[in-house]
Amino acid sequence: MTSAIETAARVRAGEGRAADVLEEHLARIAAHESEVHAFNLVLVEQARAAAAAVDEAVAAGRDPGRLAGVPVALKDNLCTRGIPTTCSSRILDGWKPPYDATVVRRLVDAGAVIVGKTNLDEFAMGSSTENSAFGPTRNPHDLGRVPGGSSGGSAAAVAAGFAALGLGSDTGGSIRQPASLCGVVGAKPTYGLVSRYGLVAFASSLDQIGPFGLDVADAALLLDVIAGPDSLDSTCMPDPPVQASSRLGAGVDGLRVGVVEELASAEGLTPPVGICLREAAEALAAAGAKVDEVSVPATVYGLSAYYLIAPAEASSNLARYDGVRYGKRIVPSPDADLTEMYLATRSEGFGAEVKRRIMLGTYALSAGYYDAYYGQAQRVRTLILRDFEAAYRDFDVLLAPTAPGSAFPLGEKTADPLLMYLNDVCTVPSNLAGHPAVSVPFGTDHAGLPLGVQVLAPALGEAVMFQVAAALEAAAPAPPVPAMRRMGGPA
Amino acid sequence: MSTVDRDRPNPSTDPAWEIVIGLEVHCELRTATKLFCGCRNSFGEEPNTSVCPVCLGLPGSLPVLNRTAVDYAMRIGTALHCRVQPSQFHRKNYFYPDMPKDYQISQYDVPINADGWLDLPDGGRIGIIRAHLEEDTGKTTHVGGGGRIHDAAHSLVDYNRAGVPLVEIVSAPDIRSAEEARAYVDELRAILVATGASDGKMEEGSLRVDANVSVRPAGSTDFGTRCEIKNMNSLRSLGRAIEYEAARQMALISEGGTVAQETRHWDEGGGRTGSMRSKEEAYDYRYFPEPDLVPLEPSEDWVAAVATSLPRLPADRRAAVAEASGLPAGSDAVATVVRLGLDHLVDAVVSAAGPPDAPSVAVRRLANEVAADPEAAASLDPASFARLVGMEAGGALTAAQARTVLKAIMDRGGEPEAIASELGFEAMDVSDLEAVVEEIISAHPDEWSRFEAGEDKLTGFFIGKVKAATDGKADLKAASSILRNRR
Repeated sequence: MTSAIETAARVRAGEGRAADVLEEHLARIAAHESEVHAFNLVLVEQARAAAAAVDEAVAAGRDPGRLAGVPVALKDNLCTRGIPTTCSSRILDGWKPPYDATVVRRLVDAGAVIVGKTNLDEFAMGSSTENSAFGPTRNPHDLGRVPGGSSGGSAAAVAAGFAALGLGSDTGGSIRQPASLCGVVGAKPTYGLVSRYGLVAFASSLDQIGPFGLDVADAALLLDVIAGPDSLDSTCMPDPPVQASSRLGAGVDGLRVGVVEELASAEGLTPPVGICLREAAEALAAAGAKVDEVSVPATVYGLSAYYLIAPAEASSNLARYDGVRYGKRIVPSPDADLTEMYLATRSEGFGAEVKRRIMLGTYALSAGYYDAYYGQAQRVRTLILRDFEAAYRDFDVLLAPTAPGSAFPLGEKTADPLLMYLNDVCTVPSNLAGHPAVSVPFGTDHAGLPLGVQVLAPALGEAVMFQVAAALEAAAPAPPVPAMRRMGGPA
Repeated sequence: MSTVDRDRPNPSTDPAWEIVIGLEVHCELRTATKLFCGCRNSFGEEPNTSVCPVCLGLPGSLPVLNRTAVDYAMRIGTALHCRVQPSQFHRKNYFYPDMPKDYQISQYDVPINADGWLDLPDGGRIGIIRAHLEEDTGKTTHVGGGGRIHDAAHSLVDYNRAGVPLVEIVSAPDIRSAEEARAYVDELRAILVATGASDGKMEEGSLRVDANVSVRPAGSTDFGTRCEIKNMNSLRSLGRAIEYEAARQMALISEGGTVAQETRHWDEGGGRTGSMRSKEEAYDYRYFPEPDLVPLEPSEDWVAAVATSLPRLPADRRAAVAEASGLPAGSDAVATVVRLGLDHLVDAVVSAAGPPDAPSVAVRRLANEVAADPEAAASLDPASFARLVGMEAGGALTAAQARTVLKAIMDRGGEPEAIASELGFEAMDVSDLEAVVEEIISAHPDEWSRFEAGEDKLTGFFIGKVKAATDGKADLKAASSILRNRR
C-alpha cells in the first residue's frame, strides 16, 4: 500500500486514478470485512461517484485538493447528510442527519473519498468496540482480539487497508488506544483545534475529532485538513490553526523530552509496555533529544475525575434520545403515557454501558452530590492542567505509554467495567487538560502484537508533537503488517 | 372573585395579614434570529417551519450565541439598574417533549445581570435579584381531554419557539399586593418596550409572569411558605390569581393548617389555583456549566456603549413631565402621558414658552382628550398643540372651547387659531366678564349674601349662571377668581 500523501500526489498529478485507488480498497473490504466488521455501512456507490468526480476534476485541469482520491473511513458518530449515523446504537435506528459534520465537509472539499461509516462502542463509550449494538469489530492483526475502542472500527479499517485514513473521536483515549492496539498512528488534537459540529456528543468538554493514518505524516496531513476555525462551534479556536505537518523532518536534536513517571508506572501496565517505552526514550536520546523523567503528580487522579466528568456530561447529552422526535420509539402499550414511552424507549434503545454511564453521571450531578463529585472532579482537572503546565516549563514534549497492554481477546474484559476503564489510565489526562497527544507504533509484545507509545504536547503543540512522533517512527522496529493489508500490492 | 368563599379573609383589606409576592417575568427578546442559531424569531408562523438542526437539538449540533440577544439582555439589565457582569451558561436538565435537547440552556449562579431595582410610578421600589438569558422551549398543544397533558388524547409540539431568546427577570419578594404586582408588571413592560428589547405583548406570550406568593401576619418579618403560581395570561388574571392564592393560604393558616411549598396552576375559567407538583415532586435540574459555550465576558466598552445608547426610561420621563407641569410624578395624568408616549407634546409646550401653567394644562388635555384617541394622538402636530394649550392657559379659550378645538384638530387637522375663529370662539375680555359677573350678583342678592358669608358651594351656582349668560364662551376659571376676589 502506498501512503495517503503519495496517493494524493499521484492522483493530483494525473499519474494515478482515484477510481483505481478506491477499487483496490473496496477489494480488500470485499475479501475481509466480514471477518473484521470495521464498518457499520460501506458506501460503495457514493464512494465510486466521489472517486469519479475527483478523476474528472483532474482531467479537467482542476485540483481536487490535498486528499485527492484518498479513501477515508469515518467513525459512525460523525454526521453525514442523508446517510444513517448510528453511533452503533439502536436508539438512532432510522435516523439520517440532514447535514454534514464540519470535518466531513472539509474532507470532501479536500478531494477525499469517504468509503464508509465505522463501528464504535455505543456513543463512543468503551475501549474495545465490543459495546456496539451491531456486534464487535475484530483486530486485523488477530481476529480473536479486540481492536481497542471506542474508535475501533476506524483503527481496524486503516490497519486492514480498507481505507488509507480514518477519523475517530477521542474523549478519554478513544483514538490513541485503538491506534496502539491496531499498530497505526492516531492523534487527539488540542481541544478546540478541530470543530465538533456534527460529532454526536459524548462528553462535550473532552471530545475531539482526530486522525488515524498508517504513518505519522499521513495522520498529520489529515489533521491539517480538518483543523481550523468554525463559526458553528463556539469552542473551536478562532486563531489560525497550527500546522501539524510543518516540522516532520526536523529531527529531535536538542528537544527536551520528559517521560511521565506516574504514567510509566500506572496501575495495570504489562511488562512489554514498559520495555517499549524505555526503548522509545532511548531512541529519542540517541537521536539527540535530552530525555529525563518528570513527575506530573495529579495525573494519578485522572481516571477518577474522568469517570465523573464524562458520564455527567453524557447523562445530559444523551437525554435527547427520548423517542419523541427521531430514532427509536417504543410504546409499551396502547394506553402508555409519556413517561412509560420514555422508559421503554431508553431501556430498549441503549446498551448496558451507556445506561451505566447515564446513571453514574445523573448521580454525580444530583442535588447534594454535585460538589462532592462533579465539582471535585473539576478541581482535579484544574490540578492536572496546572501540573502539565509546570512540566512544559522544563520539557517540549512528554512521553508516556498509550495503553496498558496489547490487544486483548474478545470478551476478556467485558464482565468487569472497572478493568475495562483502566485501559484509559494513560490517555485521559490529555483530554482533561485539553492538550494534544499522539500514539505511534513502537515495538510489539511477545506474541508480535503491536504496541504504541504516546507523545504528549502542550496546547497547540501539534507541530512539535508530530516532529517527535516522526522521529520515533523512524527509530521504531518495523511494525507488523496484517496479512489482509498486503493484498492488492506491496505493503 | 366568584369562587372565593364569603368567610375567607379578604387579602386586600384584612389588616391582620400581609401578602408577600415575588415575580418571575419571562420576556421574549425581539431579535431577528434565535438565541443559538440563525432561524427566524417570529410569532405566528406555520408550525415547525422556523427550525434547524441546532434548535431541534439534533445529534451533533452545537449552539452559537446570538450577539444581539446579549446586547438586548444588557440593555434590560442596565435599565433595571443591575450590575452587568461576566456570566456563564448552564444546562437545566429535565425531560419534556417541548424541549428538543431535554435540557434548557439557561444561566444559573452567574447571571448576566444582578442586583438592580425598579421604581414604581407611585414611588415604591422593587428589588431585582437577577435578569438572565435563556432559551425558550417549544409550544405543546394537548389535543382532547381538558387541554392538559395527563388527559390528552395526543399532543402536538411546535418547535418554532424553541431557542427563542428570553430574559427572565426575577424580582425580590418586595411586592405586597395584587395591585402592586400589576403595577410592577406594567412598569416593567414599559421599561422593556423602551429598551427596544421586547414588544411586551402578554397576549402573544412574549411576556409571561409566574408569581411566588406567601402570606404572613402583619408586622412579621419572617416569610411564610410560598407557592409558585403559573399560567396567568394577562394582568387581570395575575391580580386574580394572587388574590385567590393569598386568600387560600390565609384561610388554610387560620384553620390551623400549613401551606405546602408547591407549584400551582391558575385556572382562569374556574378562577382558582390547583396543585401541579409538590416540593417533593419538584425536578432536580442537575445544573452544570454548558460545555458547548464559552464564558460570556462582554467588554467594558460594550457595557458602556449599551448604557449610553439607552433611551430615557419611563421613570425619568415621568419625573421630567412632573417637573415641567408641577404635577406629582405619581399622578395618573403624568403616568398616562408617559405610558402613551405623549411627553414630546409636553416638551413642545415647554419650548413654546407660553403662560406658566401651560404645561399642566397640556398634561390634562393629553391625559384626557388625547389619550382617549391614541391613533389621532400619533399624528397630532406638536406646534399646533402647543399654540392651542397656550390659548387655553392664557384665557383666550375656555376649557370647553379648547376641548372642542382640540377634538377638531385631532379629527381633521388644522390650525387652532383658524378653527377657534371658525367656531366663533372669541376670547371674552376680562372686563366684559367682570360686567357679566356684576349683573348676576345684582340679580341674586340672597345667594350672594350667603356666598359672602362663606357658603362656598354656591360657587357652582354663580358659575352656572355665568356659563348660561355667556353661551359657554366665558373662561370659567377666570370667572371663579373674579367671584373670589369680589367677596
